[in-house]
Amino acid sequence: MKGKPLVSIVSAGLSKFGKREGLYARELFTEAVKEAFDRCPKLTPKSDIKALFVGHMGESYEHQGHTGATMADWAGLLNIPSTRTEAACASSGAALRAGIQAVLSGLCDVVMVGGVEKMTHRSTAEVTEYLAMASDYPFEQWHGITFPGLYALMATAHMHEYGTTEQQLAMVAVKNHYHGSLNPKAHVQKEITLEGAMSSRIIAWPLKLYDCSLITDGASCLILTRPELARRYTDTPVHIIGSGQASDTIGLYERESFTSLAAARIAAKDAYEMAEVEPKNIDCAEVHDCFTIAEIIAYEDLGFCEAGKGGKLAEDGETRLGGRIPVNTSGGLKSKGHPVGATGTGQAYEMYLQLTGNADKRQVKDAEIGLTHNVGGSGATAAVHVYRRD
Amino acid sequence: MSNQPLPSIEQFYAHVLQGKLLGAKCRKCGKIHLPPRPLCDHCFSNEFEWKEISKKGRLLTYTVIHVAPAQFQSMAPYAVGIVQLEDGIKIPGMIKGVALEKIQIGMELVFDSGTCTATQQWPQWSRYYFKPL
Repeated sequence: MKGKPLVSIVSAGLSKFGKREGLYARELFTEAVKEAFDRCPKLTPKSDIKALFVGHMGESYEHQGHTGATMADWAGLLNIPSTRTEAACASSGAALRAGIQAVLSGLCDVVMVGGVEKMTHRSTAEVTEYLAMASDYPFEQWHGITFPGLYALMATAHMHEYGTTEQQLAMVAVKNHYHGSLNPKAHVQKEITLEGAMSSRIIAWPLKLYDCSLITDGASCLILTRPELARRYTDTPVHIIGSGQASDTIGLYERESFTSLAAARIAAKDAYEMAEVEPKNIDCAEVHDCFTIAEIIAYEDLGFCEAGKGGKLAEDGETRLGGRIPVNTSGGLKSKGHPVGATGTGQAYEMYLQLTGNADKRQVKDAEIGLTHNVGGSGATAAVHVYRRD
Repeated sequence: MSNQPLPSIEQFYAHVLQGKLLGAKCRKCGKIHLPPRPLCDHCFSNEFEWKEISKKGRLLTYTVIHVAPAQFQSMAPYAVGIVQLEDGIKIPGMIKGVALEKIQIGMELVFDSGTCTATQQWPQWSRYYFKPL
């Protein structure tokens, strides 16, 4: 068995992702919390859980800040220290990292980490504006560069440098919608065709509507503890054996490369080294496919293939269920949906299901080691975690 | 310490309005910052001098934005790109004065100051852009 456990996940919960009309973020969060508590009857939440870290990107959506305390209150965890972590779309990847640090420091035996975002009641124009806040204001937003625009800049560069095609991008969307069709909690549980994806309207050329992730409401959470205490709560813990988080320039334009995310490469290197595993040891992964090009770049940054070969990896079906390394079995941000604050720990939830053999129709056979890759903004934050079954 | 104010983004855009493209050169290590910064991220000095930057550059990557924020929607579709100037500095901006389908990676572009069209209180910066040489 590789990799010494840093912490163990003893339970996890995920709300249904989708257009959850009439529900506030705090109410969605309780849905995830309820599942996590029900899965873990040996846990006494009020006395066992010593801290909450919750990822949340935007107070603009609901005119509600102070998310840490709000979620602790509604989770029934009054009086524990509660903290919101914000790192754009990597907000709950950062919450997970903060939770691991809290347990490893010895300060807390058991913590809850999670994330939440309520987005769909806002117009697309408003959501576009809120999401753009994750990019550089004076030089990117000021000049009309949108969030899809930033990833489109990477896509154009990747196509130019490596010959990646628009069709290969669309293949990522088709795959993730197939996976999402097998996930009862996914926002869109419907397969799409390559032709449909290729002919969808242009958002920021070369990216089309079906290259973009969904605007979604949702929440997710995990219960973490010290590995030596895990058996007290469950017979089937999942261990986190590697953790990496890194930053990069806030502006995409200042980076050395537009075809790779340095923060993701650094976070992955740290997580792999800590876990004592190599890319070839990963059985399944959830990666940050906020746009299809982001998944292709993730394959390369995580070492699933060489730089420039990500498009081919998708085309060859290697990352589809049944392939060499299934990626985004949950449907990913593309089909499961992307309630930004909930995404990082939502990815970890899928790993928890896969590594406890509870992923049902989308179960990766004999999955032993998994990985999550959560990116904030155009890559100014990245968090990578490696998991192993007990 | 000099009495000059530390370089700021506000000053950068004030220069742009005057038709100038200036970066902040660190007096200690020589690194040229664009956007200008008040603390050199290379050597942590806070002593700078403004240095003129070549306005000519080459297009590194681009996109054509069809779905834009409300304030830009009337301009859509419009092109934005990242340009590497002759000094090696990379900055993003809109690309104007060329048919969208004629835009190509590697093409030569030149910086133009544009005008200040801001309607809000602050910031009231110019929207510079790039055009073919």
